[in-house]
Amino acid sequence: MRALNFLGTVLLVSLPGYAVQGDTPQAASANPDNAVLMQKIRDLEDRVIALEGEIRQMKAQEAPVAPPAAAPANAESNTHAAGPTLQSQVPTLGAVTSGTGTQVVLGGAGGSAAKALNPDISAIGDFISVAGHNPVQPSPSLEMHESELGFQAIIDPYARGDFFLSFGEEGVTLEEGYITFTALPRGFVAKVGKMRSAFGKVNTLHNHVLPWVDRPLVTNNLVGGEDGIDDAGVSIERILPAPKGIFLEATGQLFRGDSGTQQSPVFRASGKGDVSAVAHLRSYRDLTESTNIDLGLSYARGHNNLGTNFLTQLYGIDATLRWKPLRRSIYHSFIGRGEFTWSQRQQLPSEQRAFGFYTSGDYQLGRRWFVGGRFDRSDRSEFANLTDQGASAVLTYWPSEFSQVRGQYRYTRYAGNIDTNEFLMQVMFSLGAHGAHPF
Amino acid sequence: MRRRSRSFRFTMFVASALLLWTLALPIGAHAKKVTVVTSTTDMAALTQEVGGDKVSVESIAKGYQDPHFVEAKPSFLLKLRQADLLVVVGLQLEIGWLPPLINQSGNPRIQVGAPGYLDASQFAEILEIPQGTVTRAEGDVHPLGNPHYWLDPDNGRRIARGIANKLSEADPGDAAYFQQRFQDFDNRLTAAEQKWEGEMKPYRGRKVVTYHRSFPNFAKHFGLDVIGYVEPRPGIPPTPTHTLELIQLMRRETCKVVLVEPYFDLKTPQSIGRETGAQVVVYLPSVGGEKGVEDYFKLFDYDIDLLIKAFSATR
Ligand SMILES: [Zn+2]
Repeated sequence: MRALNFLGTVLLVSLPGYAVQGDTPQAASANPDNAVLMQKIRDLEDRVIALEGEIRQMKAQEAPVAPPAAAPANAESNTHAAGPTLQSQVPTLGAVTSGTGTQVVLGGAGGSAAKALNPDISAIGDFISVAGHNPVQPSPSLEMHESELGFQAIIDPYARGDFFLSFGEEGVTLEEGYITFTALPRGFVAKVGKMRSAFGKVNTLHNHVLPWVDRPLVTNNLVGGEDGIDDAGVSIERILPAPKGIFLEATGQLFRGDSGTQQSPVFRASGKGDVSAVAHLRSYRDLTESTNIDLGLSYARGHNNLGTNFLTQLYGIDATLRWKPLRRSIYHSFIGRGEFTWSQRQQLPSEQRAFGFYTSGDYQLGRRWFVGGRFDRSDRSEFANLTDQGASAVLTYWPSEFSQVRGQYRYTRYAGNIDTNEFLMQVMFSLGAHGAHPF
Repeated sequence: MRRRSRSFRFTMFVASALLLWTLALPIGAHAKKVTVVTSTTDMAALTQEVGGDKVSVESIAKGYQDPHFVEAKPSFLLKLRQADLLVVVGLQLEIGWLPPLINQSGNPRIQVGAPGYLDASQFAEILEIPQGTVTRAEGDVHPLGNPHYWLDPDNGRRIARGIANKLSEADPGDAAYFQQRFQDFDNRLTAAEQKWEGEMKPYRGRKVVTYHRSFPNFAKHFGLDVIGYVEPRPGIPPTPTHTLELIQLMRRETCKVVLVEPYFDLKTPQSIGRETGAQVVVYLPSVGGEKGVEDYFKLFDYDIDLLIKAFSATR
């Protein structure tokens, strides 16, 4: 490989040199051969560029990791910046040394092959400060809520791997860690590992891509709290045939059966047979080039913390309406969302049937500003006659794509008429590899 | 115990039913044409030039859309899962949106490293490759070099040749056809280049400012001098300080043209124009940026026409 690079460099240096030498005398004497020579130079230039490209391709093959354009990215991270070559340069602000000089560099070879072997590494910090009294769900005044580390790479031409470690103030959890088989026959895509399940929309999203500081009441009351349904297992998805213009996708997932936080467990496996299953059907349609609608049906089934004989089943409907004018896509957009969840929990003395939902709207005012609101209402899964509700107003500012400051005013009326007024403040920042934007 | 195994059987039943159901469904019909999906319209236009009627080509991004910020809409998956060939600009231009689409397409042919994945940057002359370390204090830099490389006709020719070779691999029966189409494109492009170069010759050395760094290859080819950018750093919106500095620079250097990509807000460029007497020109970085600009030749015709008007109106 080294020899090849050397060869490429030699060719790169020597070919134009040779051409220029050959050209000089003729050019001076306005020889009719001039045009022929010019053509020769062009041909040589083309060959140099082609060689450079070939060298880069070989480099890319040597390393199983993606060539430039394909630097893997996470569908759920909203950062936007440089890829593999950045991974070891955690921003030492001020150390600006990139000389984008006028020097001609042909072919755009990427980072070194050694670097290309490393996965993309990203880190996202999520700092939250809460003011106001909340006796039901107290939160600390100042908290480094989460630090998420992501490692992502293409494993081989058939699969990619994604790891997300979440460092809270108390400990580390593997938020997600899975392999995705992207080259299965007949259009199947499979994941194996620990992952956020496909139940609804919010459950699939990492904290740092939510349009709010917190998660809706319905998530906390019925769908396992902040971690949600996040479990070890297998997932299979496939796009289904549908009438033209409609996107239809089915996902089936099988998990061990442990999900949710200690305070609000959704599923708990008391034995090996207590697996949980999640199914999701998604349909999507472009209404115009700037407007689209996304509808989902979800079902989840597992055993709850009372034991093997007690099932919890969840049914969900989610709807998302998006608007983003293509010619001004970086300045204005709107997303309206709603998720409706029904919970059926077997317990003694009687089964509890609870319902909860949220609806929200987020409007982008300009390149850096977003406003949004959310309405929340949810019964509690174990006491379906207790209902909490609330409303939030959110303002978000993006200094750049790699940092975000957000304020949220949250009013909640918990069951038993306990009113709370809180102000949440969040600062988020991301380092390292470039993730894809969520959709 | 009975209950447990029943529920386990139930889940297995649901899972296998889902599997069988989807297996039983036919995969989308495969036409005889080579189905090509490209990330941008320029790659689509070049593919169309060499592919003729033996290919069906579709671009994901529109020509008037910022190619850095395309949404990863599921409707694009419908296109991608049918594709025999995916042509991308590369150099991380599409990093914010294309990787998840490729992953979710369920199409092994177009996965990175598979024969149906073509990164066109390998054929082109790439400018502004950062030397040394890169940090985001420089904004959203493109760390592998400037991906806006297609606005140089010589790169257009190189990309077209690369695509023609790739199509010949994908469809060896029509290899001669693709090579013939490339020859024809090459001849037409050479003739057009002579015309464009002749038209632009009087303006060699003219200074311009662009909004984003999307113009270096055009500037190099036609001998223009890009002295500054409306963005203080790539991907960072204009700031008052930077705008002021830019105005001073333009006055000092007597730069009279500000080029703006069609997806940027015109407020700052127009205030720069008022302060400096410069013309604000919404140029097209991509095919399809305006009605009628539907191929690679018309893109240059359109932009060169705008530039000549702006240059001749200012001094
Ligand atoms: Zn760019």
